[in-house]
Amino acid sequence: MFIKQISVFLENHPGALREMTELLGKGGVDLLALSVADTQNFGIIRIIVESAQIDPAVQLLRDNGYIAKVNHVICAEVPDRPLGLSELLAMIEKANLSVEYMYSFQRASSQGEAALILRLNNGDKAAKLFQMNNVKTLSQEQVDAL
Amino acid sequence: MSQSERRIFNPAMECIDREQLRKLQGERLVETVKREYENVPMYRARMDAAGIKPEDIRGLDDLKYLPFTEKTDLRDYYPFGLLASPKKDIIRIQGSSGTTGKPIVSGYTRNDIAVWSEMMARTLTAAGATCEDVVQVTYGLGLFTGGFGAYQGADKLGAMVIPMSSGNTQRQITMMKDLGTTILCCTPSYATYLGETIREMGIDPGKDLKLKAGCFGAEPWTEEMRVRIEQLLEIDACDIYGLTEIAGPGVAFECLEKHGMHINEDHVIAEIINPATGEQLPYGMPGELVFTTITKTGQPMLRYRTHDICTLTDDKCACGRTLARMGRITGRTDDMLVIRGVNVFPSQIESVLVGADGVAPHYMLIVDRVNSSDTLEVQVEMTEDMFGDTVSHIENVRKYITGQIKSVVGIASKVTLVAPKSIPRSEGKAKRVIDKRKL
Repeated sequence: MFIKQISVFLENHPGALREMTELLGKGGVDLLALSVADTQNFGIIRIIVESAQIDPAVQLLRDNGYIAKVNHVICAEVPDRPLGLSELLAMIEKANLSVEYMYSFQRASSQGEAALILRLNNGDKAAKLFQMNNVKTLSQEQVDAL
Repeated sequence: MSQSERRIFNPAMECIDREQLRKLQGERLVETVKREYENVPMYRARMDAAGIKPEDIRGLDDLKYLPFTEKTDLRDYYPFGLLASPKKDIIRIQGSSGTTGKPIVSGYTRNDIAVWSEMMARTLTAAGATCEDVVQVTYGLGLFTGGFGAYQGADKLGAMVIPMSSGNTQRQITMMKDLGTTILCCTPSYATYLGETIREMGIDPGKDLKLKAGCFGAEPWTEEMRVRIEQLLEIDACDIYGLTEIAGPGVAFECLEKHGMHINEDHVIAEIINPATGEQLPYGMPGELVFTTITKTGQPMLRYRTHDICTLTDDKCACGRTLARMGRITGRTDDMLVIRGVNVFPSQIESVLVGADGVAPHYMLIVDRVNSSDTLEVQVEMTEDMFGDTVSHIENVRKYITGQIKSVVGIASKVTLVAPKSIPRSEGKAKRVIDKRKL
């Protein structure tokens, strides 16, 4: 259910995102998913890579002066049809949990599924909720195999 | 533009013969030194260490033998360690920011408040004020000396005081219009802002307002700003100088000649020294301004180093006053900044950052003036500890730092988080400040 995500702090200046992705790209890191959260002053870049690439990617970023951290997020799948996502969100809402951020994955385990990266305000409760409601989630190994 | 009448509040003192003044200053200095030695352990210890007894100080020429006082002394002996009168005789505390987290305070006896009021009454009179005037005090009324100083001076004059304190520009303008304010007391940057707002509102100061002059201080300003304020508000804009350690606003003031600030020399002795050697410099030479109070009893100061750089002159002024004048402050011998009238030391910001968990002590201060108001941006480097993967986490860190800076320095700032190692590291003397204001 939980997979590893790399978060990177970016200063808000022209070229900042390009510089970072170029660094990772030249280092042979393949980005499976990426989201950009920006404020007026700074940005947070969240990245999913294959598990074998996590440590080298973080090391590469740190060696080049970036602040990068690894944290755990939920990778879930919802039916790839209208209302597929909102049904999941309704369930989260009913459980009094909230979404801190969410972004979508380029790939999914099968056609007819859409994969999402989620972070809820309470990871443990989220795990229980997803299990109880049989929400389809992907493990790190499953993500690697996509 | 100068429609104000030239008046002198206390001609006996303000036009005193300079030889007589020197004698008076000498007598008062002897008294003050005696008081300090007998009541203030710090001065006694310093004079003992220098081998000086109070009786060695016989007049003005002996001033140069006395030890200096620094702002850090007020911090080290905070809050009451430098009082030269019993605490029961102190009727007021005023204060300002120190060089680090701790503020500095000054205790005033009833005598000291009277001295300060006199100095400020002279200041207002020199700008053309009388008992018939309406004085709007837009300096903050509080621990900072600006508001109370202006209030007391106007009160002594018998003028009508509107103690507005700072902020709320619309209300300031309403009162100014409704009550017929004639004299304005505020910072020069706020005067500019008021003037611009008044013009934007379509108010014609010449017709709709009764303003005639303003006493502007608490921050450095330029002749260009004077011209701008005088045009915007159609008034005479006079510069004033003061500091909490010595009294507050009114230590020195401009007359309508607008050619340097007359120093209230019957209450303070001004010296210019070479900041590196501490040697006295002759009039006309630029150097560090040093004040000794000679009539205060609560917390008198011997040779207080202001770290402000200027020149002194005792050339006769066309206004008739014989009091020596100080020129505009042209710089500082330390790294103090004046932002919106508040003294800010980079070391204060540093103390906040060092005291906050996980925050790197690397910072850059960017000071600018936008729409006549000073802005302070504090760039802080992001660290592993500060970084979380949600925007709200980082915003909370930013808000925390902003709040800490506000509580220590006393002014609002904009904290910007920048990439690690993007701020130049200190190699010798680090550049910590970029001041974009054109002063």
